[in-house]
Amino acid sequence: MALLNDEIRGNLKDVFSKMEKEVTLAVFTKEHDCETCKDTLDFMKEIEEVGEKIKVDSLDIEKDSKKAEEFGVERTPSIVILDSEGKDNGIKFYGIPAGHEINSLITGIIEVSGSGEEMPDALRKRIEGIKNPVDIKVFVTLGCPHCPGAVAKAHKLALENENIKAEMIEAQTFSELSDKYNVSGVPKIVINEEHDLVGNQPMEKFLETIENM
Amino acid sequence: MGFELNFDSESVKNIDKKIDKNTIYDVLIIGGGPAGLNSALYAKRNGLEVGIIAETYGGQVIDTSSVENYLGYESIVGEDLVGAFRKHIEKYEIPIKKESRLEKVEKNDEIFHLDLSDGSHLKTRTLIIATGSKPKKLNVPGEKEYLGKGVAYCAICDGPLFQGKEVVIAGGGNSAAEAAIDLSKVAKKVKLVQRSILRAEKALVDKLESIENIEIYLGTQIKEIYGDKLVKGIKVYDKDKDETFNIKADGVFIEIGYTPNSGPFKDLVKTLPSGEIEIDCSCRTDVDGVFAAGDVTTVPYKQISISSGEGAKAALSANAYINKLKK
Repeated sequence: MALLNDEIRGNLKDVFSKMEKEVTLAVFTKEHDCETCKDTLDFMKEIEEVGEKIKVDSLDIEKDSKKAEEFGVERTPSIVILDSEGKDNGIKFYGIPAGHEINSLITGIIEVSGSGEEMPDALRKRIEGIKNPVDIKVFVTLGCPHCPGAVAKAHKLALENENIKAEMIEAQTFSELSDKYNVSGVPKIVINEEHDLVGNQPMEKFLETIENM
Repeated sequence: MGFELNFDSESVKNIDKKIDKNTIYDVLIIGGGPAGLNSALYAKRNGLEVGIIAETYGGQVIDTSSVENYLGYESIVGEDLVGAFRKHIEKYEIPIKKESRLEKVEKNDEIFHLDLSDGSHLKTRTLIIATGSKPKKLNVPGEKEYLGKGVAYCAICDGPLFQGKEVVIAGGGNSAAEAAIDLSKVAKKVKLVQRSILRAEKALVDKLESIENIEIYLGTQIKEIYGDKLVKGIKVYDKDKDETFNIKADGVFIEIGYTPNSGPFKDLVKTLPSGEIEIDCSCRTDVDGVFAAGDVTTVPYKQISISSGEGAKAALSANAYINKLKK
């Protein structure tokens, strides 16, 4: 099942032509009990075809358990965006980034390639000031137009500060996790397991929550 | 779960066209909905130096599942209409500052100085406020506590999380009717609860009444949203029967209208107690050089076509003002 049509493919070629450095999409799947694994891997291969500087590394969470452990991958399907040196910048997707989430994926790829949006100095300084480990989960649905904004901000935080890790979680694919975190509205942002934000919050709100923890 | 892609190519491509903090703009537009985008189009075509400051593109249109009253489109998904707006203005290469809000405005020697939430400063000769409105709250106990735990304001976002469940829609206007129709496709049962009568247009009411798993409660006021960890239901009062009872629900979608986003401008321009910015028929506020358009203003009937028309008018008024200024 091809997800990209000619129009999107053309647009993506344009966007990817601005990538400064290479990125690798480490895609983790497993053979059994994973309804969307194949679709996710196929979709990432379509993306790889369009982007000259994009490489897909197809991994199996069981057979490549060492790598899974290295990147902290706990479930499938999942994608970790690695930079040109193969380094994990704390940017992860759990579930297929289709629907609206293609926008988070593309933004993530562009950001990790080094061609992302510049951060105003005042915000960057605040982000640099975060010294404790921060784990951000952003629950989304694929039909939610506000969700990619929240995911992109969480990912940007992870990229700017290595103490921060951020993951998108598709709420329907991982319904047990959604139940555990009482997700019935998206985007839902959970920071370090206990601090909740609902909605596409501004960067200041993310920072405020993290700074007051 | 459908995977169909909603790729927002304009947003990624626009990365290059940044707002320049050293330029003195002729007009800066605050807001990226139909009013803001149309005023940008008109301002640019009049040769003005124009920039947009917007939290997001498309405003509330993005949350609308289908638009059937915008001339030229029999039926279009809200998001696709926004896509068409953007595709249209994209070729004019208008710089945009996204994900930022205005915090302070000061006027000095005919120039407005703007402070944004991300710490940046911008300068402009005129300002068009087109910040739209946001969903109104019910203001009942439980609403705030259960936000994101069953209480929702965006049916197309949160609808999929209520597959096979029972949901309440609060409200009786077009948005409520549309939300009920959308949710009837995923939820087991949809209960539309309205404190007075249905105000949605006839075409929508007919559709609403034809769907089997939608129940309609009129003259019914929501008193409380209750639950434990998550929403369990609502407590309502039926005015005709003078009766209070509970309606079981896993989710409560609130679609009771909108409140204007005029907060940051209350010290700058005159607003009414409703929050709406008062304008004249040329979109002028009570401050020279500040114009306003669309849902944030006193103009009646909050509609996409009206907002886009108002945006055009605000840009033309700003143009006339600048011509006078430069003379």
